[in-house]
Amino acid sequence: MIDFKDLCKEYGSISALRGVSLHVPKGEFFAYLGPNGAGKSTTLRILTGLTKMTSGEAYLNGFHIERDSLQAKRQCGLVPQTINLDQELTVYENLNLHGLLFRIPARERAGKIHELLDYIGLADRKGSVVSRLSGGMKRRLTIARALVHSPVILFLDEPTVGLDAGIRRRIWALIKKIQNNGTTIFLTTHYIEEAEFLAERVAFLDEGRIIAVDTPEALIARQGTWAIDRVVDDDIKTVYFKTREEATQYSAAREESFSLRRVNLEDAFLALTGKKVK
Amino acid sequence: MYGWLAVYYRELLILKRRFPKMLASMSVSPLLYLIAFGYAMGKTVTIQGHTYMEFLIPGLVAMSSMTRAFGIGSEINISRFYWHIFEEFQAAPINNISYALGETLAGMTRAFFAVVLIILLGLLFGVVLRYDNPMFWLAIFLNSFVFSSLAVGLAMIVKSHADQAMLTSFVITPMAFLGGTFFPLSRLPVWAQNILYFVPLSHASKAIRAASFGEPVSLPSYLFLAGTGAAFFFMAVCFVNRARD
Ligand SMILES: Nc1ncnc2c1ncn2[C@@H]1O[C@H](COP(=O)(O)OP(=O)(O)O)[C@@H](O)[C@H]1O
Ligand SMILES: [Mg+2]
Repeated sequence: MIDFKDLCKEYGSISALRGVSLHVPKGEFFAYLGPNGAGKSTTLRILTGLTKMTSGEAYLNGFHIERDSLQAKRQCGLVPQTINLDQELTVYENLNLHGLLFRIPARERAGKIHELLDYIGLADRKGSVVSRLSGGMKRRLTIARALVHSPVILFLDEPTVGLDAGIRRRIWALIKKIQNNGTTIFLTTHYIEEAEFLAERVAFLDEGRIIAVDTPEALIARQGTWAIDRVVDDDIKTVYFKTREEATQYSAAREESFSLRRVNLEDAFLALTGKKVK
Repeated sequence: MYGWLAVYYRELLILKRRFPKMLASMSVSPLLYLIAFGYAMGKTVTIQGHTYMEFLIPGLVAMSSMTRAFGIGSEINISRFYWHIFEEFQAAPINNISYALGETLAGMTRAFFAVVLIILLGLLFGVVLRYDNPMFWLAIFLNSFVFSSLAVGLAMIVKSHADQAMLTSFVITPMAFLGGTFFPLSRLPVWAQNILYFVPLSHASKAIRAASFGEPVSLPSYLFLAGTGAAFFFMAVCFVNRARD
């Protein structure tokens, strides 16, 4: 469904992407995890036609993103990192304009918009001017807008940045629901929990390169299952174990106090790149 | 090709929302010019057999249709650098011609409202010209097409809002004063006239003024405006791609 090979992007002397390749099958929930500046947005911007790639090949649902750009754009919806709604226009007008841009016939458009407004719980706000909505509402509206043309792929660029925990979970539920309807999801994030909770497969991205691609479970299992964090001098050292028994044996042999916890994606990322995601 | 309608429709919605404020701000400077130059000073002055007020109004029509059409560039800039709305167009399956056409028409629509406003202000001062002359409207159409296309093209290649403001101060404002708006170009030295011959606004003010007096118009001026407009529009279409970083 999403295929790209050797994507490179240079901004002057900065290499934002240094040859990334990926295949995401239909219906999958895929997460692109990496620290700020890793190249997550650049990848999404290239795939959705906002940025030109320096070299590489990419297909969305079989359509080449440059040679067949208009068709490729019809396959996907984009929820960009910075909310780019028309703040002066109403909720309904924003959705309607998107439908017009994608040439959705008038009758179908109105039906789809009302369906989406119910879906995101904003039906009673359809006449409100966007600038009066809360941050969470704007996010949901941005997601709904990306769905007006019923894309088979949904790209989300850090969709929960800056939202508080409750609202974040609501957005997660919404995205999960969209996937359950058959849409392929490609989400970027620098939140470990987000990737771990939502994604079927995760790619670790660091300095423009994909370091690993696998299911969250498999990436975690590479490290072990249990972890013990010890304060050594001014730093925290982590030791990994396959079983809980091994971990308790290790701590029993020592005097200090330990904290025992499960291994997470952050550990896996740290082990592979030598740095934390955040 | 239908994409232009969506782009244009968006601009119309925004125009509708801001309309009262826009009309108010659009009437300030023409009103000041009419009072300062036309009313206070113009009583005794006649140019080419017309009162200065009659001379001034077509000049203001030319000037305002230029500045308002060019103003679409600032709007595009704000929506590109500040609101990021431009990305919504980039991600949509519309071609570059559609985008450029939609925005150019939006600039021309703004210019049209500015012209109607000046005609109404002129009425307040008791000046009625030959507004029923189709050549008057054709010249306005071409003039706003030239400057709206230019603005759309430049808005695609500028890197910040400050650059856009600079273009306005160095290109549009001098032209607004020297393009035959406030005084006839024949009063300038020949070398200056020769330079100003290549300034589209000179042709526009000449054509708009002649048409509004019901005098014969000069066809080459219309051709010059149409040619320049077509070239600028072509440039705008080519530059849409450059806006992808
Ligand atoms: N328009 C741009 N011009 C120059 N450099 C850029 C531009 N956009 C991104 N970059 C650089 O490319 C790298 C990757 O950025 P980005 O894809 O935004 O990372 P992420 O989304 O993972 O935080 C960063 O070093 C960033 O500074
Ligand atoms: Mg980013």
